[in-house]
Amino acid sequence: MSFTSPSIELIGSVRSENEVLFRDLRLVIKADQWTCLLGSSGIGKSTVLRLIAGLPTHVKLDGSIKSDDQLSISNRVSYMAQNDLLLPWASVSDNISLGSKLRGRKYSSEKKLKIIKKVGLQNHKEKYPFQLSGGQRQRTALARTLMENTPIVLLDEPFGSLDSNTREEMIDLTFKSLKGKTVLFVTHDPHEAARLCESIYILERQKTMNNKSLKPPFPKTYSDKSVFDLQHSLLEKIKSNHS
Amino acid sequence: MKVFIYVVCAFLSILFFWELLIRLAEPPPYILPTPYSVLISFKENSILIYEHAIVTIIEVLIGLTVGVILGMITAITLEIFVSARLIFRPLLIFSQSIPVFAIAPLLTLWLGYGILSKVVMAILIIYFPVTSAFHDGLSQTPKRYLDLAKTMGGSQWRNLLFLKIPHSIPSLCSGIKLASVYAPIGAVIGEWVGSSQGLGYLMILANGRVKTDLMFASLLTLGLLSITLFSLISYLLQISLTKYLRT
Repeated sequence: MSFTSPSIELIGSVRSENEVLFRDLRLVIKADQWTCLLGSSGIGKSTVLRLIAGLPTHVKLDGSIKSDDQLSISNRVSYMAQNDLLLPWASVSDNISLGSKLRGRKYSSEKKLKIIKKVGLQNHKEKYPFQLSGGQRQRTALARTLMENTPIVLLDEPFGSLDSNTREEMIDLTFKSLKGKTVLFVTHDPHEAARLCESIYILERQKTMNNKSLKPPFPKTYSDKSVFDLQHSLLEKIKSNHS
Repeated sequence: MKVFIYVVCAFLSILFFWELLIRLAEPPPYILPTPYSVLISFKENSILIYEHAIVTIIEVLIGLTVGVILGMITAITLEIFVSARLIFRPLLIFSQSIPVFAIAPLLTLWLGYGILSKVVMAILIIYFPVTSAFHDGLSQTPKRYLDLAKTMGGSQWRNLLFLKIPHSIPSLCSGIKLASVYAPIGAVIGEWVGSSQGLGYLMILANGRVKTDLMFASLLTLGLLSITLFSLISYLLQISLTKYLRT
């Protein structure tokens, strides 16, 4: 398994049984940065993400998904969703090392402890998910993702269910923790897209656009004026595409 | 405590209406004995009832253990092998359309008058609820967990062991609790059809000799046994599997 982050390119049309979902899609997810897939709810953002992850979908891609190092993608991804996907019967610590357990491989307890510390869960590691707050649950999900240590990370609206304060903390922590990885970030929120992503795609049925994004460094602060301007223009584009 | 008070109240009301019915209708004692005469019979025949109850308890416990294990193995097989599901599931449902009472004479014919035919009867009666409940749980493991497992590269067996089985423990527990109520029914049916021991046999014997009070005392014992078994199993499942039963 390669541990350097690859670039990924998805080219083709996505079809469901009786309609074309996305025509002539071309997404380039560059190595070592965050790429955003922005679009309104229900348009099929998660479906594209599932295609890249190699998960079952109801659609078919007439085209290809390739990485620049020509290696397989699906066994190098980790996945973080809006639903934290924590197992209710397993402790925080066991949830974090779930991947190793499912693969039947040993893991380094030292590495796990380091990650637990990094996400600030050292006082909660023996707790069960029902004893955690929404933010702590999502930190556990992040720790599980970090434990996987894959070069590609797919994020499906991971901050969607958090209150604004916790969301700010999680955005900073996630961005910092996933440094150096190829990140595909799916969201419906132009503000998050503007703050975090070096490359932004506005997903539309007929024509997906690669929108201009801000210059590094990322993440931008929420009060940054350029974030507001870009957020405004992204919103306008989504709105005009709808009307 | 509150539950206990409700149970005592329900029990006392049954006794009250039973006594009232006897006072009003005055049926002969061989049709309906008084609660008091049942209590006396219970006391006088306690050793006899105890000896027969032990046999029924052994049949029920063996039947329950084997039935639950077989049910679990079947459910796991159905979950793993699609072909097993296609072939075996209709057969399983068909087998449930045959009343278990109808097989009892056959089991006695094939397996004799001993404990085996009663154990098999208990197994037959609990096998389906356990299989069905456990398989429902296994097959209803949320897809999102399985997706996560797929991205993690989990094998089919490890997904079963660490995701599907833990997720379906609440369903399995419902199946086992149901089985603990059904198992005594199976054993007693077996005893009715042909045996020389057990509470079912004692009931038939008492009935034949018009000792209705002994019959009621046996019935009461069976009821108490079933309630105790159900409560004990529910309690044991709850304390040993707490983390899986939390929602």
